[in-house]
Amino acid sequence: MPADKRDIVALEGVTKRFPGIVANDGIDLSIRPGEVHVLLGENGAGKSTLIGMLSGLQQPDEGRILVDGKPTPITSPRHALALGIGTVFQHMMLVPTLTVAENLLLGGPWWQRPRTEELEARVAEITRSLGISVKLHAKVSELSLGEQQQVEILRAMVRNSRLLILDESTSMLTPKGIEELGALMRRLVGQGLAIVFITHKLKEAAAFGDRISVLKLGRKVGEIPPERFRTLSEQEIISEIVELMFGKQKDDPEAAERPTRTVRADAGPLLQVADLAVAPTENAPGLSSISFDIRPGEILGIAGIDGNGQKQLAEALAGQRAATGGSVRLEGTAIEALSVGERRRRGLRYLTDDRLGEGTVGAFPVSINFFLKQVGASPFWRGGVEQRAEIDRRAAQLVREYDVRTPSLKTPVARLSGGNIQKVLIARELAEGARAVIFNKPTYGLDLANTLASRQRIRDTAARGLAVLLISTDLEELLSMCDRIAVIANGSLVGTVANADDARTKVGRLMIGLAA
Amino acid sequence: MTGLFSEVFLGALLFGAVTAAVPLLLAGLGEQLSEKAGVLNIGIEGMMLAGAYLGFLGAFYSGSLWLGFLTGAAGGIAVALIMALLCVRIGLNQIVIGIALTLGLEGLTALLHHFQFSRSYPRLPAADATVIPLLSDIPVVGPAFFKHHLIVYLAVALVFAMGYLYRRTQLGLNLQAAGDKPAALDVAGIDVIRTRTIAVLTTGALAGLGGAYLANVGAGLFIPFITNGAGFLGIVLAMLARGRPVWVLFGALLFGVCLSLTTAMQVAGINIPTDIIQMLPFLAVMIMLVLFGRRASLPAALGIAYERGAR
Amino acid sequence: MSIDTAPGASANALDATSGAATGRDILHRLLMTLGPILAALIIAGCILLVVGVDPLAYYGYVLEKGLFSPLGIQQTLTRMAPLLFLAAGLIVAFRAGMWNLGGDGQFLLGAVTAAASAPVLVQVMPAWLALTCSFLISMVVAMAWSLLPALLRAYQGVNEIITTLMMTFLGTSLANVLVKLVFRDPGTTVPQTRTLPVEDRLPRLFDTTITSGLVLGLAAIIIVHLVMTRTAFGLKLRIVGANPRAAVHAGLGVPRLTVAVFAISAGLAGLAGAVDIIGVQGNVRADWNPAYGLAVIPAVFLARMNGFAAIGFVFLLSVLSIGGESAARRLGVPNHFTLVLVSIMLIVLALAEYVDHRYNQSRKA
Repeated sequence: MPADKRDIVALEGVTKRFPGIVANDGIDLSIRPGEVHVLLGENGAGKSTLIGMLSGLQQPDEGRILVDGKPTPITSPRHALALGIGTVFQHMMLVPTLTVAENLLLGGPWWQRPRTEELEARVAEITRSLGISVKLHAKVSELSLGEQQQVEILRAMVRNSRLLILDESTSMLTPKGIEELGALMRRLVGQGLAIVFITHKLKEAAAFGDRISVLKLGRKVGEIPPERFRTLSEQEIISEIVELMFGKQKDDPEAAERPTRTVRADAGPLLQVADLAVAPTENAPGLSSISFDIRPGEILGIAGIDGNGQKQLAEALAGQRAATGGSVRLEGTAIEALSVGERRRRGLRYLTDDRLGEGTVGAFPVSINFFLKQVGASPFWRGGVEQRAEIDRRAAQLVREYDVRTPSLKTPVARLSGGNIQKVLIARELAEGARAVIFNKPTYGLDLANTLASRQRIRDTAARGLAVLLISTDLEELLSMCDRIAVIANGSLVGTVANADDARTKVGRLMIGLAA
Repeated sequence: MTGLFSEVFLGALLFGAVTAAVPLLLAGLGEQLSEKAGVLNIGIEGMMLAGAYLGFLGAFYSGSLWLGFLTGAAGGIAVALIMALLCVRIGLNQIVIGIALTLGLEGLTALLHHFQFSRSYPRLPAADATVIPLLSDIPVVGPAFFKHHLIVYLAVALVFAMGYLYRRTQLGLNLQAAGDKPAALDVAGIDVIRTRTIAVLTTGALAGLGGAYLANVGAGLFIPFITNGAGFLGIVLAMLARGRPVWVLFGALLFGVCLSLTTAMQVAGINIPTDIIQMLPFLAVMIMLVLFGRRASLPAALGIAYERGAR
Repeated sequence: MSIDTAPGASANALDATSGAATGRDILHRLLMTLGPILAALIIAGCILLVVGVDPLAYYGYVLEKGLFSPLGIQQTLTRMAPLLFLAAGLIVAFRAGMWNLGGDGQFLLGAVTAAASAPVLVQVMPAWLALTCSFLISMVVAMAWSLLPALLRAYQGVNEIITTLMMTFLGTSLANVLVKLVFRDPGTTVPQTRTLPVEDRLPRLFDTTITSGLVLGLAAIIIVHLVMTRTAFGLKLRIVGANPRAAVHAGLGVPRLTVAVFAISAGLAGLAGAVDIIGVQGNVRADWNPAYGLAVIPAVFLARMNGFAAIGFVFLLSVLSIGGESAARRLGVPNHFTLVLVSIMLIVLALAEYVDHRYNQSRKA
């Protein structure tokens, strides 16, 4: 593809390999001022690697990057900044212990005194033209995720970026926050900036983009240029993208048909939670008066913006986090005073969202990771002594049953892909004796095939008569699976709606603080 | 018991306290700098020993105390360079390498000393004191605090310089970011590895200086294992001071008084085993840890090597 | 105040329990161990050259005196007894991700306790019972000495590196105070404890001078190895060491396990002190501090926290230190050289592992 004069940055045949995978394979891309270029793709499609190369964190193995028409290897983050490429990363790149101003000043020449007055003037100018407000002297750790993101965009602007890269920037935002971000992006391109907007949500792509490139398994599988983009309706754009991403099937494969399970209305609740409260900590919100019931075979969803107490709720139920009040009953028995292990033995299971951080011990073999929560239990240990044959026999069985793709039982679990690690965890939590299961973001970071497989497991779990609590930040996921959806905000449940036709609107209203 | 409270005794005690505190102060400030930037520097004892040995060598052969301080700092930097290469650049375990460096330098300096000086045990002449006019005439306090070698005043000035550096300069911001969120520093265009390397090398210089002071001014000679845990005390001071240089100064003085008390009591002929007095500062620290331990905070990325692109 | 420098994190890659070893693996591991040792010997040899000592002559002398002479090997094996106990204690702590750097204080207090109790107890009860009691008391005292760092780490999150270092400084001084003021033998002018008569000490093995403490030490480290690799308790400790958050998630009582780890580790260090006194020294002199605790740390790292490998490295360390002590007398090279040699070994091994890891990665790519 010949470089176009209008491109400020262009990629030509860029390829990047990592051990075992080709993350980017011959990618061509053209990025122009005044355009929002949407990079669309699933997890693992190669979006993050592409960003890494544009922001100087990684170098391509083949192909070249042109800046203002000249081939320019981007050698470091500093170099990228100097070229006018500013990146807002998916994982916040702010120092929590410094103030906003100090974060914005980070990166100045080391011998200088931080130029605070200069910065204040510059920030005032930018925020005025963009219509945002920023607390310059607040510590970053005191800001909400949305505010932190604005700081990051501001930082790119302060540095005179010509190209702004937004990596999965909407994943942490409320529906309202997403709209605001969209409007902000339009104003920025209006000022002549180029924006690369990375997302895996089709609706955002269609709503905010000018040009869309679709990545799949490291390859660019298609592009909708602005000329064509403007002629299509939102629905047409979405169906074209779906075709590019998933081949010939016209429907969004994620929008599976609504649950057809029938929950026996007369059955008593299996898991009852009443007035559960947890004290807030330095970096996590508390919980107040959380109450809900789940009947056998029912899936209750918890919707909400990330960081509103979902993890605290899951941990308090599992016994990992001390509750300050309230009761938790499993099959009628109070369990709120019991330990993690005892709750598990009684059938309460918790599938964590942090698979490598707390769910597994990465260096330990797959086989042992199946039994992390049963260490010392018979028949895998007798008199405290490990029964290796017994462990391997059962582990092999679970590997088959849950279709875990692993070279061997002895492979350290961290070497498996995210989807396979998740299968190990699911196998562990659903193994014998489960009565109620908490799934925390069960499909986060998985590819489509594994996402669909995980969802099917969860449906099957409920169909077996277990109570399921499904915590997710993906509203589509909840809508496609739950019987009822509760919305969590600031550590309390602000409402529960039955998953009927109007559920989407109702949940959306609850999430932004309106009555359903 | 008049001896205990006489002016002379008190003066000598405080003078000794300052002398004992200076190496701890330098080590503590150095360790604090490393820790701020995210490097746990267990090898600081080794850096001090290298500084003590080379500092003594420099002063002994050149006859200049200042040249001795220079070679001492260079010795500390040399050891810090190994630490920076192994732990910062290629990311080996900071505790393992730190322990190896401390043990290795203990052995190496003792070995070299044995072959050079074990027969003669040469001494340096007493260091010249810079007497501060007026202030030094105050009874007790004057001779105790204002009749020291110039380097002592510089070390105290360094406390405030470091405070200014941490709170008011760009480099201070960079250091804190390197310890709390190195990735953020990296994407801001500052090389994390280089920032941490500078911190570790400066630590080496300060520790080396502290060691040189210990040998050249404090003792007037080099003996094997002369630091006797001063580097470890520096680590403790840095951890307790939570990023505030002034607290390192206070802590170093507290330890200095206890160390000085041991010699002072012997001089005064008071018959308490020195071991009991030597326990005092550690007891004080343990009590402080029991009372305030939970509130002490360390940089988030302390002890973790930074690798770009790794999550 | 806590740092994520769990030794477990570095130990995981070296965890000898994961995966069955094939012939190639064993060869590779052997090469990865012997190569760095050889390199370290060469580098340290250069230092000897600098100070004007023929390295070959030195190494030859060390080997002869520490390994090949009948007296030397017996001394070496005797020296191993306390070192094995200390190594066993460190393996438990390091594998559980806790940096117990207070081994010396725990060792000395154990030693003083043994020296104070054994000579008294042998007068009132049969020797075997007296010695057993003495061992137990030493163990309990050392455990108690670790309680404060353990509780601070378990319930307040206070970093154990500083607390154990503090306690080791305190313990060393306290041991001296006890020797000089409390347990001083009135019968001698030298400040030291009462001496346990030779006939009441641990028996020697067969017709040698080797203490039977060696057998106890070997038993201790093998038991520790088996417990760490084969039992539920050991697995729990390894989970805590490798990923403390996973331990909480799995419902393990991390604070209680932490206290247990410190108690076991310190108890073994206390036993090390006791076995040295009851088996070899007979008494504790004032200001006696062999600093075994710090010296054993590299051996444990070199062994990658594997009990059987640790036996090998403790043996090597003993050969070097016994041979080094003889060389100090005969060749005039102070035995501090052993410290230099061991630390160079540690650094070279760490480097070799890094290079090996990098090589493996690039080969896979």
